Amino acid sequence: MNMQTTARQTAAEAALIEAFNAQVGELPGNGAVISARDRLVDDLKSNGLPTRRIEAWHYTDLKTLLRAIPAAVPAAVVDTPEPLVAGSAVITTRHGLADQKVGIGGVLVNAFSDMLSEGTAAPGLSVIDRDDTIGKINGSFVRDGYVLEFPADATIEKPVEIQVLHGDGQVHTRFPVSFGAGSKATVIERHLPTAKGEAFVTSVSDISLEDGADVTWIIVQQQGAADTHLGQLRVRVGSNAKLRLYVINAGGRLVRQELRIDVAGEGSDLQLRGVNLLGGETHTDVTLVLGHHVPNTTSTEIFRNVVFDRARGVFQGMIKVALDAQKTDARMACNTLLMSDEAEFSAKPELEIFADDVQCGHGATVADIDANHLYYLMARGVPRNTGRAMLVNAFVAEIVEELEDGQLVEALEAIISSWLERHA
Amino acid sequence: MLEIKNLHARIAEDGTEIIRGLNLTVKAGEVAAIMGPNGSGKSTLSYILSGREDYEVTDGEILYNGESILELDPAERAAKGIFLAFQYPVEIPGVATMQFLKVAMNEQRKARGEAELTTPDFIRRVKESAAELKINPDMLKRPLNVGFSGGEKKRAEILQMALLEPKLCVLDETDSGLDIDALKIVADGVNALRSPDRAVIVITHYQRLLDYIVPDTVHVLYKGQIIRTGDKSLAHELEANGYADIIGEAA
Repeated sequence: MNMQTTARQTAAEAALIEAFNAQVGELPGNGAVISARDRLVDDLKSNGLPTRRIEAWHYTDLKTLLRAIPAAVPAAVVDTPEPLVAGSAVITTRHGLADQKVGIGGVLVNAFSDMLSEGTAAPGLSVIDRDDTIGKINGSFVRDGYVLEFPADATIEKPVEIQVLHGDGQVHTRFPVSFGAGSKATVIERHLPTAKGEAFVTSVSDISLEDGADVTWIIVQQQGAADTHLGQLRVRVGSNAKLRLYVINAGGRLVRQELRIDVAGEGSDLQLRGVNLLGGETHTDVTLVLGHHVPNTTSTEIFRNVVFDRARGVFQGMIKVALDAQKTDARMACNTLLMSDEAEFSAKPELEIFADDVQCGHGATVADIDANHLYYLMARGVPRNTGRAMLVNAFVAEIVEELEDGQLVEALEAIISSWLERHA
Repeated sequence: MLEIKNLHARIAEDGTEIIRGLNLTVKAGEVAAIMGPNGSGKSTLSYILSGREDYEVTDGEILYNGESILELDPAERAAKGIFLAFQYPVEIPGVATMQFLKVAMNEQRKARGEAELTTPDFIRRVKESAAELKINPDMLKRPLNVGFSGGEKKRAEILQMALLEPKLCVLDETDSGLDIDALKIVADGVNALRSPDRAVIVITHYQRLLDYIVPDTVHVLYKGQIIRTGDKSLAHELEANGYADIIGEAA
């Protein structure tokens, strides 16, 4: 059987294995980490990248879409962009490596490479399930990142912005973040290229909210036009905790952002919001697996997608409600504007409910902008094209306006409008 | 200023004819009231004047300052100075009220070849007009019309009218849903805009609004035609006797 898979190995699969063999001697990690990496690479070797025959990857056939992988070359990343919100605490990884001597007032910060060297990272390098290709690749290659601990009852007023910067080549980062009981914070995970070539990026954030934590986590993905971005967010939400999670996709050629969320404490609330701005010949996939495991939890998920040109978008939203998770209230919506005849969007909402006393719903729409809204704007003298652009902008801006931090809303709206100005 | 000649118009989608040979002339400086029972075509007439694409003009002509406007889209008509205050202003989530006002004012100015407003000038104008209409500044921080009460929406329409300084104002049932205090504020706002070079068409069901915005002419619309024209006393006659007599005469 192995012979067959070897024979069918794609260029990208071969390049991954080759890259691992070339780097294995210098990847940080103690014995436990090394064996964890070996297991992951063996899995990649024998199973390859997933195809459409794997249900979780049905709409993103990675084996076909990932045609090649750029060579793993070091890149010097020197600049530090202005944070989205003035006054934010900024920590930066540069081409996969954490800066030395980084500090944030009130937060414990360590380099992830230390966790690898000490071996405490080994358990986290395991995969979530057999289809966890992002976990496999990231776990095999990851060298660094940041480990953040927000102490119990800490309130961090200004956002913490994690800038994940890279040049061309291969970049793999990981960010284990724990929010102590009763802590309150906003974290912005921002992915940006500093070169114009091609990069292959994986990034895993592994976050836990202890009881009563109140967290806003915002992923802003603005990768370059040739970049592949495979992101994964692993989340555990404790009792009476509140998580506002935003995913803004505004870049990349081949993008998959996975959200693996476990609502594990009673009385907790999740607000998930997503904005996908898609254009050119790109492929962007947001895959959510949300488990409500305990009684009395609530969640809402709203995604707004705008698709131009020949771009393709995918949203897979799985909500699982366990047998014990009575009184779960979960609402999911995925709304798409298709701006060209060749634009595509696939939405696959799934509900898997074992409890009998729950409120769960999902809806997916694909539509043009509202003719009444356009007429109203035009009746005030706004020309048709300007009016359309305003309404497209409004369709997604509505989502970010729910945030409390006015500066953050402005910053995200600026990203949205500048993207739309470049594509409309 | 406005001449409507033998206008016939129908709903584009299903071909239902609503306006059936309507004639109306409104001069500069005039306030004309259009009254009529439900379903007579009052709102349709206002939509057609504004250029709404759900309606098709099948015959006749609409001349504005001597020029046909039938080929113009709503934005072009607005830039030429035609303004419709809606009976049901739409809520547009995600569009900030201030941004909308600024875009609308500046796009109209651009279309007329005028310089755009500076931000301080724009803000000053909005603040002044909003204060006159007793509009709470917090309202202007919200998305356009979102969460506004019925009365707030109507006041926001008059605010837009005051800022855009149109030449032909069409008020579609602006009195509906207003209590008497709000009605007075709105009427004062409209009266402040009365001028020799501006015409106002007030579409209404009831005499009440016309006590505050006193019309020069009153026209009764029924089944898509103007069946009677008179002065303000006609409105009082309708209030006292209803439409039945006039409709009977016309038939």
